[in-house]
Amino acid sequence: MAPPSSRRSSGFSKKAQYSVFTGYLLAGLGALLGLALLVLSLWQPAAFAPLRSGASDAIAPVGTGTAQVRDASGSTWQNIKAYWNAGSQNAALRKEVEEARIRLKEVEAVAQENERLKSLVALSESEIEPVAVARLVGSSPTSSRRFAYIGKGRSDGIEVGMPVRSARGVVGRVLEVARNSSRILLLTDSESVLPVRRSTDETVAFAEGRGDGLLRIRLINLGLNPLEVGDVFVTSGAGGYYRPNVAVAILSEKTPDGGLARLVAAPSATDFVSVEPKFEPEAVDASLSSENSPFDQTEDGGEAAN
Amino acid sequence: MDRLGPPQRSASRYSGGINRVQNPWRANTVPYVTILLGSLIPTVLVAEAMPILPPLGYLMLLCWRVMRPGFLPLWVGVPLGAFDDLFSGQPFGSAILLWSVTMIVLEFIETRFPWRGFWQDWFTAAIAMVLYIVFAMVVSGAPLTLPMFVAAIPQIAIAILLYPPFARMVAWFDMFRLARARRVG
Repeated sequence: MAPPSSRRSSGFSKKAQYSVFTGYLLAGLGALLGLALLVLSLWQPAAFAPLRSGASDAIAPVGTGTAQVRDASGSTWQNIKAYWNAGSQNAALRKEVEEARIRLKEVEAVAQENERLKSLVALSESEIEPVAVARLVGSSPTSSRRFAYIGKGRSDGIEVGMPVRSARGVVGRVLEVARNSSRILLLTDSESVLPVRRSTDETVAFAEGRGDGLLRIRLINLGLNPLEVGDVFVTSGAGGYYRPNVAVAILSEKTPDGGLARLVAAPSATDFVSVEPKFEPEAVDASLSSENSPFDQTEDGGEAAN
Repeated sequence: MDRLGPPQRSASRYSGGINRVQNPWRANTVPYVTILLGSLIPTVLVAEAMPILPPLGYLMLLCWRVMRPGFLPLWVGVPLGAFDDLFSGQPFGSAILLWSVTMIVLEFIETRFPWRGFWQDWFTAAIAMVLYIVFAMVVSGAPLTLPMFVAAIPQIAIAILLYPPFARMVAWFDMFRLARARRVG
């Protein structure tokens, strides 16, 4: 059996030989071009931002549609799952609600006391108005980098560096802005670093993305590791991007220098996110202007990342 | 007059001829469109905390390359890779490089082993997927850590297991591509 024409060698035909040679030449040149572009974009991550922005603008409407379907199908699945173990779950929930009611009363008392103390020191806490509320319309599920896209951009007043949060907690930070879409650096990206503190005390730490869906909690004060599994971490407000006391992660495993934590606001379960203004723009600008301070390195590693 | 036995050219069902006219547009664009959709769909499909979906655009490219050797020109990695780079989250240029290298390497394999079966094709595709995912991680610009490689294991496993269904799907697309466009008489 003769091999199919595509698998036959080009033989003595000069034309066929030339076309094979040209094919290899073009493919080799293409590979070199790719290498050059790759080096360029690793060296200057912002170089191809306009191209990517145009592309993400173009697919944002498509993503909105699939995001709606995703939310709907997700909740259907949740409903089906809820029927499983419904009885025992009901009993457990009843108990939990009773306990929660008691705790709620205690919290109300604390809130009232808080208000009274604040009025004593004349400290008014203004509610932060979100710049925009948008759907997560897409992400980079095949790459080892963790990015997400939202369907609002520069025309809605979004700027690079603004924190993005869902109703549950911090999701990430705006990395690139196009006209009608923006790219978000998720907390689990390995270039993302976020200053956090334990919710119950002033144990401060950095929450770094590991690229595998978990956050690495790295304590700043080393020594005896005071963390325990189940500790909740909230933003500390350091760095100036995120306002303090927004939930970030729950510790799931202890390590010698801190621990591993799970996200509170997992992007797959997130429907709408709100983009908030930078907490203290002056602090961010100051840390950006001082180029070679080590704090800047840890704080803005994600900023320079591609 | 009755015909005796099947037609002599068994490939004629998909190779044009009298009353077998293909739609040239469909015959020439379906592979490219499916590869582009493969690059695009994962982006709008899910938002996950860890990479879980295999690079579907690359998987489609592999399937088409293995299924229809000689259809995609060798340099096709440049335009298709550039499109993939726009959406994949990788630094621009990584897919251009890796897809072009894949096309060249597969061409070498093609000339070295002209006759292959499904299992060899699966083996080749599996090795290509593993290398692609690992190299894509290396050039992604993120600091390389052990947890990242561990996190890539399910992705790699899914990618390898997805080859047979995708090969079947590409075969179906190929039939659609070459189906006759209109019936005469």
